[in-house]
Amino acid sequence: MSADAATHDDHTPSMWDWRRWVFSTNHKDIGTMYLLFAIFAGIIGGGLSGLMRWELAEPGLQVFNNGFWGNEHNYNVATTMHGLIMIFFMVMPAMIGGFGNWFVPLMIGAPDMAFPRMNNISFWLLPFAFILAVMSMFVPGAGGDMGFGGGWVLYPPLSTSGHNGPAMDLLILSLHIAGVSSILGSINFITTIFNMRAPGMTIHKMPLFVWSVLVTVFLLLLSLPVLAGALTMLLTDRNFGTAFFAPEGGGDPVMYQHLFWFFGHPEVYILILPGFGIISHIVSTFSRKPIFGYLGMAYAMVAIGFIGFIVWAHHMYTVGMPVDLKAYFVAATMVIAVPTGIKIFSWIATMWGGSIEFRTPMMWAIGFIFLFTVGGVTGVVLANAGVDQALHDTYYVVAHFHYVLSLGAVFAIFAGWYYWFEKIFGVKYNSLFARLQFLFFFVGANIIFFPQHFLGLQGMPRRYVDYADGHAFWNMVSSWGYVVMLIGMAFFFLVLIDAIIRRRKADANPWGEGATTLEWTLSSPPPFHQFSELPKIK
Amino acid sequence: MPDLYGEAMRFLTAIALTWMTAAAGAFATPGQPTDGNLGFQPAVTPIMERINEFHNLLLWIIIPITIFVMGLLLWVMIRYNRKANPTPSKNSHNTLLEVVWTAVPILILVVIAVFSFPLLYFQDEIPEADFTIKATGYQWYWGYEYPDQDVPEYISTMVAEEDLAEGQLRNLSVDYPLVVPVGATVRLQVTAADVIHNWAMPAFGTKMDAIPGRINEAWFQVNEEGTYYGQCSELCGIRHAFMPIEVHAVSQDVFDAWVAAGPGSDEANAVIAEYSAARETRLAQLD
Repeated sequence: MSADAATHDDHTPSMWDWRRWVFSTNHKDIGTMYLLFAIFAGIIGGGLSGLMRWELAEPGLQVFNNGFWGNEHNYNVATTMHGLIMIFFMVMPAMIGGFGNWFVPLMIGAPDMAFPRMNNISFWLLPFAFILAVMSMFVPGAGGDMGFGGGWVLYPPLSTSGHNGPAMDLLILSLHIAGVSSILGSINFITTIFNMRAPGMTIHKMPLFVWSVLVTVFLLLLSLPVLAGALTMLLTDRNFGTAFFAPEGGGDPVMYQHLFWFFGHPEVYILILPGFGIISHIVSTFSRKPIFGYLGMAYAMVAIGFIGFIVWAHHMYTVGMPVDLKAYFVAATMVIAVPTGIKIFSWIATMWGGSIEFRTPMMWAIGFIFLFTVGGVTGVVLANAGVDQALHDTYYVVAHFHYVLSLGAVFAIFAGWYYWFEKIFGVKYNSLFARLQFLFFFVGANIIFFPQHFLGLQGMPRRYVDYADGHAFWNMVSSWGYVVMLIGMAFFFLVLIDAIIRRRKADANPWGEGATTLEWTLSSPPPFHQFSELPKIK
Repeated sequence: MPDLYGEAMRFLTAIALTWMTAAAGAFATPGQPTDGNLGFQPAVTPIMERINEFHNLLLWIIIPITIFVMGLLLWVMIRYNRKANPTPSKNSHNTLLEVVWTAVPILILVVIAVFSFPLLYFQDEIPEADFTIKATGYQWYWGYEYPDQDVPEYISTMVAEEDLAEGQLRNLSVDYPLVVPVGATVRLQVTAADVIHNWAMPAFGTKMDAIPGRINEAWFQVNEEGTYYGQCSELCGIRHAFMPIEVHAVSQDVFDAWVAAGPGSDEANAVIAEYSAARETRLAQLD
């Protein structure tokens, strides 16, 4: 080992050495593992949504009809697990674990993360959390039916007395472990960003992606313990006779909702904020212009993060809150539109006067800006408790949050993926396939989710395995959209296969003079250990 | 010089009007979803009418904003692509612009709030009610009680697909519906016996969580005779999609006869059936 340590800095360990991955303390290797894990989890989460769209393609029970896929309960399990997997095991690992691990140290000129071994355990907790979550689908949940079907929000009493089997306990354990993983990761990022910036990189010179990750991990650090508390109370309510949320014992189910959404609302910003950072870099790179209003952009994210903690009960307008409290949450929620507007307009202002090149990542980024705007304005509609009384828990809400997440966060992930693909893997990709993926995703996702606004206005409730016949047409349209998006997904895998087979050597900086952050000063892929001599920022 | 601006405005107005006509549900059957429609179900209570008006106002705000952003994006893509503008500017600040795009959204939000709060308080402050209905959510059916009429709780369950009578709707019709007099102000008290449910009626603009251990209050005043359908709107387990809500709004004397016949019985249903049939004939004659 000591002889090995002497030459450690000089060579990259073999890709086929399992110890390189299992014992990894290298932020780039760990970032890569996070990205591959996110792809794997995304396939499962996306497959579940395929079952849902198949079921909803026409009225009646097609899939969950007591056949191979089970009954209506298993449909509820599919919606629940689709949400949890996409949030905790796809978007978060991709954005924070994947791109965050890879590019926060590179962008601030640091050799690695502050706590490399903690980084290792942050990642390796996640597959085990995921295994527990998947296992929960195959053990008894409610009655004799397998899995937990109470929605990703896990509201009691449905998640306590309503699900007597061990599925919910496995899920609680899974989320606890995923939460520990995220909290450890957050501590790591905060320490890294505060202490390991290269000389001259003041906090106001940090790239916006680093800003976005900094805000994100603070949200995680402050909100996840609340979720952990709520989950623990669920666990003791279920198993140890407490009655935190059981009215028959003096508890209150609504208290759980407050605790959950105190975590849950920051959580949705956790999902989108790193995307804001990614989009800023891409827009600036391909416009060949510095980002417009850098400080405004950075502090808009700080503002969004802060306001994110004081708007949680807008998810609960129908629980019977006092009207003045609702009025407060309406006002606070609408305020979010202001910093969000600043971001949208600043992106457009960055492009204004620029010299825009429509490379693959830029197409995803422009798609993101438009679709996020659509999701944003429907958010303003839903913020008003008066209208929300008609739209709460309908497909309008489903359409809204998929516009900001499935079309927002996911488009940002793919934008980042194609922006940094060569940097990460050291090979070029086939940009025709990548653009076709964008085209099918853009068209398909809009066909899936835009008609869901109409379904919601017509009154179709969420989480329905079967609907009234008056909702048939737009459901059919929506399901066809899934098929279009699936073709896009095929192109994603074609890109991967093509890149693996052809292995065209990547350039250090494929994007030209617009790409100004530190990662482009290194080779593609970067050396196994970089910045042994710290770069100086002017 | 053609009047491009005028043409564009007329075009946009036409699109918005088409949308809003659909949103107002001009061609829809009241009380139930209409296949392919774009907007709300027709409003039959003062609350839903106001929700509708406010939502139309919001459409006038959010659709132009979306089109504006899309227009800006298209403009920069055309005007500032590499071919059209080979040398990028280095401009990255404009204080006036940044103040404007912070202040204008604030003003728009203030306008929204001015209309939003009155609606919220109108919904939430329950007026002097004529009587009270208590709805209890169970896995997976509703129980209804009329304490002021001394009607004890009766159970309202979805009609299974194979038992549907003519005119009944799949997944929406129930065996023993809720009945209210037209024009009466009804206070609705909602609770649940097992897990959380939600009593939701799109045409009324009513949606209230039914939470065990709590009683929530809502109100409605149905201004048109008819049959209205709603569905449970809080995930409550395996048969969540199959515990619909059916409300008949009838004249006061029919309501009294229904109460006298004993709600939750076939006799009471017969009163409503007879009334509905008579009303259909009446409506047919009007056409």
